[in-house]
Amino acid sequence: MLFNLRRSLTAVVLFTVVCGFVYMLAGTGVAQLFFRHQADGSLTADGSTLIGQNWADVRCPGHPLGSCVFHGRPDDTGPYAADPATHTSGGDNPLVANGVKGESGATNLGPRSRALFEDTRALVAYWHALGVDPTPDLVTTSGSGLDPDITPADALVQVPMVARATGIAPARLRALIARETQPPALGFLGSPFIDVLSLNEALAKLR
Amino acid sequence: MTFAATLAALVVVLALTWRWLGSYMAAVFEGRVQFLAWIERPLYRALQTGPQREQSWRRYAESLVVFSAAFLGLGYLLLRVQGHLPLNPQHLGAVPPALGFNTIVSFVTNTNWQNYGGETTMSYFSQIGVLTVQQFVSAAVGIAVAIALVRGFSRGNSATIGNFWVDILRAVLYILLPISFVAGIVLVGQGAVQTLAGPVHIHDPLNGVTQTIPRGPAGFMGSIMQVGTNGGGFFNADLAHPFENPTGLTNFLYMWLTLSIPVSITHTFGKMVKSVRHGVALLVVMAVIFGGWVAFTTYAEHQPNPAVAAAGVQQKQTGNTEGKEVRFGDTTSALFNVTQTQTSDGAVDSASDSYNPMGGFGLLTGMMLGEVTPGGDGSGLYTLLIYAIIAVFIGGLMVGRTPEYLGKKIQAREVKLAGLGTLAMPLVVLVLTAVAVSLHAGRSAALNAGPHGFTEILYALTSQGNNNGSAMAGIAANSAFYNVLGAVDMLLGRFAILIPALALAGSLAAKGVAPASSGTFPTDSPMFVGLTIGVVLIVGGLTFFPATALGPIVEQLSHGRLF
Repeated sequence: MLFNLRRSLTAVVLFTVVCGFVYMLAGTGVAQLFFRHQADGSLTADGSTLIGQNWADVRCPGHPLGSCVFHGRPDDTGPYAADPATHTSGGDNPLVANGVKGESGATNLGPRSRALFEDTRALVAYWHALGVDPTPDLVTTSGSGLDPDITPADALVQVPMVARATGIAPARLRALIARETQPPALGFLGSPFIDVLSLNEALAKLR
Repeated sequence: MTFAATLAALVVVLALTWRWLGSYMAAVFEGRVQFLAWIERPLYRALQTGPQREQSWRRYAESLVVFSAAFLGLGYLLLRVQGHLPLNPQHLGAVPPALGFNTIVSFVTNTNWQNYGGETTMSYFSQIGVLTVQQFVSAAVGIAVAIALVRGFSRGNSATIGNFWVDILRAVLYILLPISFVAGIVLVGQGAVQTLAGPVHIHDPLNGVTQTIPRGPAGFMGSIMQVGTNGGGFFNADLAHPFENPTGLTNFLYMWLTLSIPVSITHTFGKMVKSVRHGVALLVVMAVIFGGWVAFTTYAEHQPNPAVAAAGVQQKQTGNTEGKEVRFGDTTSALFNVTQTQTSDGAVDSASDSYNPMGGFGLLTGMMLGEVTPGGDGSGLYTLLIYAIIAVFIGGLMVGRTPEYLGKKIQAREVKLAGLGTLAMPLVVLVLTAVAVSLHAGRSAALNAGPHGFTEILYALTSQGNNNGSAMAGIAANSAFYNVLGAVDMLLGRFAILIPALALAGSLAAKGVAPASSGTFPTDSPMFVGLTIGVVLIVGGLTFFPATALGPIVEQLSHGRLF
């Protein structure tokens, strides 16, 4: 028994070194050497293309509601961060910010939850006030609370709103959406999507 | 259409993996693969052991238990002092005692239930030196026990079942490390983060928002957590987080990694007992049940979410989008979560709590079947072999003969051990659920009201009792009550099946091999496959139907009601 304990302690140290530190440090080294951009978080000058941002509060001159950019999913939790003091409201939810500060995650509201029903109804009303008939993605939150993407359909319903606020012709916006649409990986894994940050960066160049 | 292509691609890559990895693993554990012998030898010297020093089942079990206990102690200590250790750019303090205990039990038992948010609780040191280490070791322990049980069938009149230290070292060196390293590189190439630098602060002039984005070595943790059927991710959102699971391709890769060892080990089993047909029979049992659950759950998730529909949103094309990521879509997300609950993995790429009632039912019942379809690394095979022993016993009763499996007579001792192995999990899960719903501390943790609140509690204890680790994450389980209750659940769920499995290995290895006669019930036939599927479904159904009736079933039937 005592011999077994001593041997176990030796094994614990060996495994901790090999499976923990050697593996991770070698992995980090290879990752930083070959894929530095991805390994650091796919950062651009404006943020990360993998992390959703709040686009709801963007105001345009002459237009009272924030709508001269495309919005993402209305995620209300997330690290970036549900904190009114720093004005970095998490995700893109114009109505609620009830997430745990600094943590990614979903609302976890059940399929017959009254709270989910009321949140959704309020989001539908919010979109109607902007003159948009929302798709399901635009009134439901994602699994991470950070979804950086929307579907082409989610972007197309926002075209009249963005066209009104920016004065760019709807046809040009639709062409922009088509350009920014990324196919599923290898053509069939997942769904077609648009990265909202890239879309708004391209839109800023048109403005 | 793309979903059908995804399914087809998954079947093809798994078939190739079954063929190749299955026979490779057999070669590894029979000592025929030696290209890393130069690393093995000094490690055996340090541990004063080697392939020639075989152990009886008792010695094997003793080594396993003492080794796990040593890791529990050291891991707990490291979590408690992480504030004083290096690799802590966010200056996070000690993990609190109850949470630390729950967490280390969770990782040592291959559960990876997480009562913490990774990015706000764990330093890089803890993620690397405690959690990632266990993702390798707990998977290796599961594989070792399965191989020991296979040796029980493949050997005759033997007092020993192999050497625990050799088995776990080989599992790590030859199987887990190489696969995770290569997969880790692919994941990072697709966009998973892998850095030891701390969070990044970025101001976006387009919307005036300043973001603080946590980062860390998530990519290489992601690969081993899936290969090892662990499932405990770096970030709180786990595999829904774009930094862990950035694209449709990584989502597919994660499913493949999770299923690869539990599926392939049926081929390893077939090779080692010199009857590949027996391995195929077990694979078919797994595939039939898995396929049924995939169809059921993806269909359920393609239906509208009732609360969202009540708000007047038409969801015909999209299905239930609440808690799902755009880049994966509804059906692939449901497929993903089914793969994670039918293995012991438990990672999720979408919020199980927001699944439609029958979608949640599919995830919950996947775990309640004992995680044998295909189950966790090793644990799936040894638990399914226990069910197979029950099936030959029932088959033997029907035809009035002493049951045999692979030439081994299944007698009173084996049936008792198998009975213990099948009943331990339901007993633990149901008793602890009853305890939780009887106490205020248990009931008050649920986020959702009505039957869904009960489902959250039942799901939590089912997940931990099956060493799965997925959650209906609305439950606020980071309390002293749930941390301790969950730790008990996980320890019993792991060791009350694992130790009978080793005892079974010992008792089977000691028996002689009886030649098959005309009266032998063939255990590689479609009849036997059907019988085993029946046993799995009936045992799971009878024990858990009343509990699920109070949760997802009543929720499904509550048309037009909100809670």
